[in-house]
Amino acid sequence: MTRAKADPDLEAVEIKLLLEGVYLHYGYDFREYASASLRRRLRDFVRSENLATLSQVQDRILHDPACFERFIVALTVNVTAMFRDPSFYLAFRAKVVPMLKTYPFIRIWHAGCSTGEEVYSMAILLTEEGIYERCRIYATDLNEAVLKRAKDGIFPLQFMQGYIGNYLKSGGKGSLSEYYTANYDNAIFRSSLKENIVFSQHNLVTDGSFNEFNVILCRNVLIYFNQVLQNRVHNLFFESLAPFGILGLGHKETISYSPHEQHYQVLEVGEKLYRRIT
Amino acid sequence: MRYELIVVGASLGGFHALEMLLGGLPPNFSLPVVIVQHRSSDSDDLLAVLLKRKTRLPVVEVEDKQAIMPGQVYIAPANYHLLVEEGHFALSTEPPVEFARPSIDVLFESAAEAFRERVIGVLLTGSNRDGAQGMARIKECGGITLVQDPASAESGRMPEAAIAASEIDRVLPLPEIATFLIDISTGSKVKA
Repeated sequence: MTRAKADPDLEAVEIKLLLEGVYLHYGYDFREYASASLRRRLRDFVRSENLATLSQVQDRILHDPACFERFIVALTVNVTAMFRDPSFYLAFRAKVVPMLKTYPFIRIWHAGCSTGEEVYSMAILLTEEGIYERCRIYATDLNEAVLKRAKDGIFPLQFMQGYIGNYLKSGGKGSLSEYYTANYDNAIFRSSLKENIVFSQHNLVTDGSFNEFNVILCRNVLIYFNQVLQNRVHNLFFESLAPFGILGLGHKETISYSPHEQHYQVLEVGEKLYRRIT
Repeated sequence: MRYELIVVGASLGGFHALEMLLGGLPPNFSLPVVIVQHRSSDSDDLLAVLLKRKTRLPVVEVEDKQAIMPGQVYIAPANYHLLVEEGHFALSTEPPVEFARPSIDVLFESAAEAFRERVIGVLLTGSNRDGAQGMARIKECGGITLVQDPASAESGRMPEAAIAASEIDRVLPLPEIATFLIDISTGSKVKA
């Protein structure tokens, strides 16, 4: 607990300098991340590097790219699960899929996909609804290490029991085990599921729009950004959505505090599914 | 007024303690009350619904970046950490801290660092050690700390852990906590 005794004002100065240095040298911009949770991850990182202060971290990061790689992993939050918040997927099946079925071709952007569990969930849902072959899912994340795992589509077998429960609650029409092969401790997902998925690196903070989408999913990513950055990313999403396109956020995220609130309509009360109406 | 935020942590036995605490606050109570109650990760908003029946203060489950308003009761959603920043809340899905998400320590430390001497920390019944470090941090940053008297708590371990970890300003039986909060919010007890 030595760090907890740190002077918060001095620590704020150190954080500002570190993030500025990282941005100038490596181009990754964490300067407008939500401050309280970022501070916690930074303190954890100081401890994990066996250093005493953020100023020491700054020195090591700027001169040691390997340390920077660890920094990226430590600062990004990669908690995810298949069919996370099952009621979201249930609402997606009921309210969004019927609209998508009227389109000849469907582009979906999964922004901040982490290790991919939710991308494969969506691929399974779309397969069961008979429209996957008309879809292309662009799954992006800023972190190359998690993207590689997402591409592999191999998840720990020990989590499958929980995922099966989520899958059933999400309106799954078959059995989750049809979609993977158990191999020792791993569940290897069918490669047909990734046929229409493009995995690529994209940083919501610094990169722009790259296509027009019918659906954008970005769940529990914006909570790590401050309001200024959230607004900027909402601009990016709004620009990237086709007319009547769908935006899906995390269970406790809302469009209400963004400048685009009036440009969307809530599709299902209680679920964070919005339809662009202008 | 010196104080601007009350943060409350509760675990085992917390529901009844919270009912009594909130039930003891008047409808014109002026400070925001922010609550972490440990519960299972797939709980819905039932806790907020039930607590609403016991108080005339507005009770809401927090959404990300929601503004902190006076006289409101805010509940941390299940399976998210709740953090306080200057003027608003932030949520996080980072891993559980000491098996807890939401974590009392995470809420209290962030509240202490954002509101400093303007925070009141209240730790109620529970059978683990969550909140002890957060209470210490509130004290370090100049706030005031209250714990439920362990003898009167359904489970005294959590209050005891906090008492062992840092100097606590007041150890009070549950009914007196609401009274103390009312007095301090109306300025009749300016000095802790």
